[in-house]
Amino acid sequence: MSFNPAILTDNWAAILDGMVLTIVIWAAGTVIGLAVGLLVAIGQLFTNRWVAAPLTLYVAVMRGTPFLIQLFVIYYGGPFFGLDLSPLTAGIAGLGFYGGGYFAEIFRAGFLSVPPGQIEAARMMGMSRFQIIRHVQLPQMLVIILPALANMTVLLSKETAVLSVITVNELTSVIQSIGSTTFAFAETLLFLAVVYWAFLEIVTAAARRLEKRVGRFTLRGQH
Amino acid sequence: MFDTAIIIKSLPMLLGASVWTVIYSLTSVAIGFCIGTLICAMGLSRSGVGRAVAAFYVSFFRGVPLLVQLLISYYCLPLIGLNVPSSVAAVGTLALCTGAYLAEILRGGFLGIPPGLIEAARMVGLSRAQILTRIEVPLAVRLTLPALVNETTMMVKASSLISVVGVLELTRLAQNIATSTFQPLEIYLTAGAIYFVINGAITFLASLLERSFRVEKAA
Repeated sequence: MSFNPAILTDNWAAILDGMVLTIVIWAAGTVIGLAVGLLVAIGQLFTNRWVAAPLTLYVAVMRGTPFLIQLFVIYYGGPFFGLDLSPLTAGIAGLGFYGGGYFAEIFRAGFLSVPPGQIEAARMMGMSRFQIIRHVQLPQMLVIILPALANMTVLLSKETAVLSVITVNELTSVIQSIGSTTFAFAETLLFLAVVYWAFLEIVTAAARRLEKRVGRFTLRGQH
Repeated sequence: MFDTAIIIKSLPMLLGASVWTVIYSLTSVAIGFCIGTLICAMGLSRSGVGRAVAAFYVSFFRGVPLLVQLLISYYCLPLIGLNVPSSVAAVGTLALCTGAYLAEILRGGFLGIPPGLIEAARMVGLSRAQILTRIEVPLAVRLTLPALVNETTMMVKASSLISVVGVLELTRLAQNIATSTFQPLEIYLTAGAIYFVINGAITFLASLLERSFRVEKAA
């Protein structure tokens, strides 16, 4: 088995593009996922049951079915609804809605962690539902759920690799096509593993640091 | 128009393939459990080398996307002269990956066992291996059952990725049917529903198991 690192340096521009796209997909998917998750959690907790029940089903389906199948439904099934999405758009939307299901559970737990007495007090002072969420619940719960949010965000970065299956040109896809044209599978795939591994380690370490910083704001034994 | 006829027609085939999904994912969890126990025991041991190996293992298999691990085993094993069937390579990779997650889960369980129990077991003359298999593992499983079940359902979902390396299971068959009938929406929704039911069944069975554990504890 020969090992020729020149295959990587020769295709450096394409690899770099793939890395950038992977990070863009990750960032976009996370932002959509957080927005979807927050809205779903609010819908589940603060509206009537006709809104809450379908949202609960949505969360269960996102968490109970494979991400790959969800991608296929959006990408190949989209045209059925007149949604002719590009692989990239379908992939980002898929990642966002998948992540949204998990983020919703985290936000829901967060909302429930704020003592009900505070909400009653806020309502007595005449704050609206939106004001209570914005000024009372969110600031307190974000500190509590930050580790879980960070953890899920890190997990989503690994899921971006699955987008290669619907032909999104992210890092895994780029490396795979270099591998299959040069037959240098060992060089390309091991490089790919090391890149993801290093990336995950860095992101995880950053998340830990952030948790530690924010941890100062939690008041232990307060409630 | 949404075609229910194609769903009814392909359902028997999809259900047949879902049996493979269940077999592949449960086999990998079973093997992964043994790997996880071993890695966990190494991580908690006094040996510095053991702890380093365990930390490296967990960090690697949790840090690299499963799809990339599957691609490595599929393309690179033949390069080092290992020509195993793709299904074996895929299940092996799933097992290695879930082993890392299970090791982390079991770690919490092992640490939750009162040290007095281990000391008592040592006093009555049980060997280290006996203590591990008869005392520590059963107790750790009981303490971490919800997380273990969650990991099992994660593996059922993750097994869909082995379709990418050409192993025939639910997702792969759904792909084949979808491309030959040009009705991807119906087929993929059906496949998704089957995964949903499998995971629902696993969660339900686990809740029964959990209840039986609780009764024993009360007695």
